Amino acid sequence: MAEDNGTPGSGQPLAVLGAGVMGSGIAALAIGHGVAVSLIDVDRARLATAAARIDHHVRTAQLLGASPAADAPGELVTGLSPDGLLTGAGAVPAAVIEAVTEDADAKAKALADAAALVPPGTPIISNTSSIPIDELARAVPRPADLIGTHFMNPPYLISTVEVIRGTHTAEATLAAVRALLTGLRREPIVVQDAPGFVTSRILHPMINDAVRVVAAGTASVPSVDRLMQGCLGHPTGPLRTADLIGLDNLVDSLWVLHRRTGDEGCRPCDLLLDMVKAGRLGRKSGRGFYDYEGEQA
Amino acid sequence: MTTSSDRTAPDAVQTDLVQFLTRRTGKDWTADDDVFGSGGLSSLHAMELVVHLERTFGVSIRGGDLQKENFRTVQRMSELVERLQTAGDGGTGA
Repeated sequence: MAEDNGTPGSGQPLAVLGAGVMGSGIAALAIGHGVAVSLIDVDRARLATAAARIDHHVRTAQLLGASPAADAPGELVTGLSPDGLLTGAGAVPAAVIEAVTEDADAKAKALADAAALVPPGTPIISNTSSIPIDELARAVPRPADLIGTHFMNPPYLISTVEVIRGTHTAEATLAAVRALLTGLRREPIVVQDAPGFVTSRILHPMINDAVRVVAAGTASVPSVDRLMQGCLGHPTGPLRTADLIGLDNLVDSLWVLHRRTGDEGCRPCDLLLDMVKAGRLGRKSGRGFYDYEGEQA
Repeated sequence: MTTSSDRTAPDAVQTDLVQFLTRRTGKDWTADDDVFGSGGLSSLHAMELVVHLERTFGVSIRGGDLQKENFRTVQRMSELVERLQTAGDGGTGA
């Protein structure tokens, strides 16, 4: 029933574009809070495993007290294209969250396709770690409806969300996204638009440097992480964090930063590129700076 | 789904869990040690215990049973398995 499962206060589902790590994590956050989700991905295989992965995430959040166990979970509907899922009775979403791969062209296309299907005034949210919202705004018919979020991974466990207000983002769009996030018990921190915004602009070159330190033989992977944790209070260490982000996503994001800022510190270092080439992508592939064999990502 | 004949003796559950934790952490465990304490599992890996118990003992752990306190020691996990196997419907959670 839409009125039971919908976005708090609206009775409408949340549409999520992309069933990868971030899309399924955001879907799990919503479902765990009783919000229905329409999940869309062009990849049939990825979509087929989405329900099981999301269920695992929802249960993880409940287990760790990050999701209210008392709420009936939101309903999950999946589809290969947005056409049927974003239109029709009960399907018009409260908001669309785009979480496709961190590539400006792919994001622009997904955002434009979705924006063409939903009523004006529906917030169109791009979840990105580094691509400026004003660049993506050129692709959509109503830039006032567009706004950025940068959820950390995993979204269902980390309670603070970076929210990026583009030059054209309307006050009403910002207010709706604040309400949406607050309803999901997240704390939104609103920042201005820039390559990498705040968190990636600071964190990603730092991780790149941590990899350079390992490549230079100055310290082992665990030593770098232990020093950053024990001496500087970093919660997981930069290299374990890199594994959690996904090394391919990290490289994509570093290139976005490098091309737009010219900062050579953002040029992905050779070891990082070699690891991606070898398929060592971090936790999701079972191996990155650490081994994760036998764990479910 | 489990029936009474599928029930596992509490001692066997505890032996299995101690072996699982030893394999996973590389240190010795007793039934009362804090699984999430020093040298134990990080909270992020708590779901591994849920998946292991479900696969090994044929139970389904959902809803109100998904609380970290139920997994804090080998003793508590074996009590949870016994309760869920006795309930026979795979779980008492919401």
